[in-house]
Amino acid sequence: MNAALCGIFLKCQYSGVKNFPPGKTALKQTMNETSPIIKIEHFHKAFSLNGEKITVLDDINLEIEQGDIFGIIGESGAGKSTLVRCMNYLEKPTSGRIIVDGQDLSRLTEGQLREARRGICMIFQQFNLLMQRTAEKNILFPLEIAGVGKQEAKARAKELLELVGLSDKADNYPSQLSGGQKQRVAIARALAVNPKVILCDEATSALDPATTRSILALLKDINRRLGITIVVVTHEMSVIEEICQHVAIIDKSKIVEVGKVQEIFAHPKTAAAQRLVYPDAKMRERFIGKRCCRIVFDGSSSYAPTVASMILECKAPVNIMFADMKDIDGVAFGELVLQLPEDKALASKVVGYFRTHNLFVEEWGDDAE
Amino acid sequence: MMLNSSTGIMIAKGLLETLYMTVSSTSAAYLIGLPLGIILVVTAEGGILPRPALNKILNIVVNLTRSVPFLILLIAVLPITRFITGTTIGSTATIVPLIIAAAPFVARLVESSIKEVDKGIIEAGLSMGATPFEIITKVMIPEAKPSLIVGGAIATTTILGYSAMAGIVGGGGLGDIAIRYGYYRYQNDIMIATVVLLIVVVQVFQDIGMKISLKQDKRR
Repeated sequence: MNAALCGIFLKCQYSGVKNFPPGKTALKQTMNETSPIIKIEHFHKAFSLNGEKITVLDDINLEIEQGDIFGIIGESGAGKSTLVRCMNYLEKPTSGRIIVDGQDLSRLTEGQLREARRGICMIFQQFNLLMQRTAEKNILFPLEIAGVGKQEAKARAKELLELVGLSDKADNYPSQLSGGQKQRVAIARALAVNPKVILCDEATSALDPATTRSILALLKDINRRLGITIVVVTHEMSVIEEICQHVAIIDKSKIVEVGKVQEIFAHPKTAAAQRLVYPDAKMRERFIGKRCCRIVFDGSSSYAPTVASMILECKAPVNIMFADMKDIDGVAFGELVLQLPEDKALASKVVGYFRTHNLFVEEWGDDAE
Repeated sequence: MMLNSSTGIMIAKGLLETLYMTVSSTSAAYLIGLPLGIILVVTAEGGILPRPALNKILNIVVNLTRSVPFLILLIAVLPITRFITGTTIGSTATIVPLIIAAAPFVARLVESSIKEVDKGIIEAGLSMGATPFEIITKVMIPEAKPSLIVGGAIATTTILGYSAMAGIVGGGGLGDIAIRYGYYRYQNDIMIATVVLLIVVVQVFQDIGMKISLKQDKRR
């Protein structure tokens, strides 16, 4: 895949495909650019159902930097799909402003909005490919709409098929492709008109875990090489872990927490965030008052065998009650619940050991309070 | 009169008239019904160009025309037929009421075919900045093509059936022959011959429609 990508980029730089951002320039832009590419201000969305007003999203404020992979996570029905659909105005906000690439979408005419939408592409859970068109013709579709010449469009479609690794499937209809292949076609189609932003609405939710990983890897590659901002809406924390740099957590129509993925993973502040990061969090209540302590791994000591070293050094027999570790970008995140030895001195030695190794330790012993 | 060469010629002529009426009025009905059906879909609430008032009026008009039985419509529009064709007898005259009856029927068939198109695909088109016209021509119609073709076969065979009714007012075609010889003169052989021919024609139209539709359908 990477080799294929490199090939494409070299080709693009020399074949004079219009506006195609070659990797380097895009990366530079990302670093210099400080103003957010997507800015949402006091966004409010309500539906009216049988005369009853239902608030879907309430006072949402969000800034997404150019070149970021930004995750939006929440339980189903939290309003995250509505939020992402407002970013290209498929849904119109009840009030508030949505500014994408410096343009306030609410101030655009229908024609200007269509023009703007070409810079904000979307991929969907159900792929939404044109079923009566081949893979290649699906990619040609946005180019036809953008009025790109036939020859140029065909060349572009060929490059994009290569980029997503489906050169041999150009003449296949979507019904002849697997879910992962369909999503690759959808990604190629989204990339056709050189968008600045790709919105992914549960793009991997209909795929199996292995395919999900390969699609996420492709998106990550696209982000890195083309500098395209990607907004990922999902209900799966694993997707956020895998590719996102920043994340916003939506709960009950509001954004309850937003920040770097690593920080939120290490120290989820709100209940909603804790629920998403540690779905088994309720188990912890069981450990309170049973000489247990919780150790948080936030990436600082990833590959060191910390627990084993502690046992060797303190000569303390500990009991692992619960563990939930995740590997994010090669570093370990998660929490570990240990039952400490009955000997108080030994127990505090254990806690001390972890603290000196820069780990956050929370004691739940019966005399802790 | 037994089945002989002159009745053979008469039946052959009737068959040609029937085909002429069916094909020309179906084509004309589609010229009106296809755009009408599409307008019904796109102007509906939640459509890509919502125009509730227009949608309501069109729906009423379509329902009104659809609810008049063809036989009555055939007679009711005689003045219009005379105005347009200069006569009320013969195949060409029958085409006028056929179109009036078939166009709203075709519109409903088209409407249901277009409605079948996955909303997500239309949304994808919109998200790429397609105009409503592009959504109609590049998404709705191509995606609904197999279903539209099946609808076409249904419309053709239904109109064929209508055209046989035109025999009552001397409209020509196989239906006319069946009524005049088979019904009024109790000539069962001619009745059977025309009915068999009508069945064969319906089968052929239906078969052709299904085959083309199946070939065009890339969803399976």
